[in-house]
Amino acid sequence: MFEHYGIGIVKGMSVTLRNLFRRPVTTQYPEQRLNPSRRTRGNELIWNQERCTGCGTCAKSCPQGSIDIVTSTKIEENKYRVEKFEVDMGYCIFCGLCVEACPYNAIFLGYAYERARYRRGELVLAKEGLLESAERKPSGYAHPEVAAELPAQSLLLDKDRGRRS
Amino acid sequence: MTTKTTREITLPTEPFAVNIGPAHPSTHGVFRMLTTLDGEVILNMEPIFGYLHRGIEKLAEERTYGGCVPLTDRLDYLASMSNNLAYVLAVEKLAGIAVPERAEYIRVIMAELQRIASHLIAVGAFLNDCGAFMTPILYMLREREKILDLFDMVCGQRLTYNYMRVGGVSQDIPEEFAPALKKFLKEMPGWINEYEWLLKENEILLARAKGVGILTREMAINISASGPVLRASGVEWDIRRADPYSIYDRFEFDIPTGKAGDCYDRYRVRVEEMRQSLRILEQALKDLPGGEVRSEVPHLIRPPAGEAYSHIEAPRGELGFYLVSDGSIAPYRFHVRAPTLINLTALNDMMRGWKVADLILIFGSIDICLAEVDR
Repeated sequence: MFEHYGIGIVKGMSVTLRNLFRRPVTTQYPEQRLNPSRRTRGNELIWNQERCTGCGTCAKSCPQGSIDIVTSTKIEENKYRVEKFEVDMGYCIFCGLCVEACPYNAIFLGYAYERARYRRGELVLAKEGLLESAERKPSGYAHPEVAAELPAQSLLLDKDRGRRS
Repeated sequence: MTTKTTREITLPTEPFAVNIGPAHPSTHGVFRMLTTLDGEVILNMEPIFGYLHRGIEKLAEERTYGGCVPLTDRLDYLASMSNNLAYVLAVEKLAGIAVPERAEYIRVIMAELQRIASHLIAVGAFLNDCGAFMTPILYMLREREKILDLFDMVCGQRLTYNYMRVGGVSQDIPEEFAPALKKFLKEMPGWINEYEWLLKENEILLARAKGVGILTREMAINISASGPVLRASGVEWDIRRADPYSIYDRFEFDIPTGKAGDCYDRYRVRVEEMRQSLRILEQALKDLPGGEVRSEVPHLIRPPAGEAYSHIEAPRGELGFYLVSDGSIAPYRFHVRAPTLINLTALNDMMRGWKVADLILIFGSIDICLAEVDR
């Protein structure tokens, strides 16, 4: 057992020494920011009111039952009038099944992060709160045409100089 | 020269019970070990779990077959892709759904990347328990982060992937994925060599892990252990080879096995498996065909009444899903054969006679994930 005695610390120190001359792989977060994935399933849902026909496929596909949709019973201009569209983001698990299920591309996951709130009530978003805006950008999840316009994801693979071999 | 262990108690004293856990830094989750000690020597260990029970098997019975996929992410959160794969294979078997060729290859790539990521955590946490506090695991977390970046690129999340679908995968891999994976495959063997150079013959690791917590071949078979725990005991059993699922019969890889079945062998088997996974990844990336990634599957799947069991070689062992259908849109019964729950039953036999300090190490070497044990 002790024939290896002393080798471990020499090897350990040499690894330390080599890492001393390697560029850091970490990022100082609030000042420096990395680009998230183009398909990131960020912490919000974005709803497109013009495209939505009120079919309710999103609500049926949601495994958590966090989408609450109420529409008119009569078809007006080839679509149902959406009277209530409410998402409880506190229940949402951001699985993206509603985005994949929507046949009219009317629902997106968000690209932004840092979406913590102080009160649970603020997590329940109704119609106007779900629309797209400057700080609520859609992500390219299940929407390749949106993904193509987003900046490339920053990868640790590119940042790390790699091992000299 | 071998270290002397205290398996034989020379001067017995009065045994006393000590609770280790449920919230203990070394228990890898909320797990309680009710140990009976004589001095520092373990006489008996009773595992008590269920602190993380979320009723996932019951929750699945009120979700559609497609809606259960996010639930499987939350079973073994260190190997979500493998859980996804095992579940969708079971549904496909139940409903008789074919999968496009490209989707099969993407699934294999994801499952093998996941195996590397999971073993990096397993090895790092094991070395953490050995006393190499935080240094090796940070090297390994760095490499795992590169894999998580790849998963993030493909499915948009770092931990709960929800990527596999019944009949394929949710979306095709983006075009920047293949170059990034090639770069990773080129660099990763060098990183593994660095860990090996640093740790393989480290005298502290050898002294702590060699010959400790032996699980004999017979006992491993008797308790139906699986995964690295079984292979470290010298049984060459890998479901990828023994009962090939998906397209694993097309790849060439070895099954690393140990001899003694001690903690050190379990660590060795995991490191060797990472190298074999890299081999599979290289072959899969080379042969990746074009085409569709998702076959036409109805939104609400209604499999015919019946039952199906499908098992895969997850990073921690044989992961099986047993589904019973009554012809409706939701599973009638959803049962998970969690590998770590079965491997946990070996713990008492492995620990008896060792000291409290070895308990932490033996427990770390079987690499459990409590979210999977308790479900």
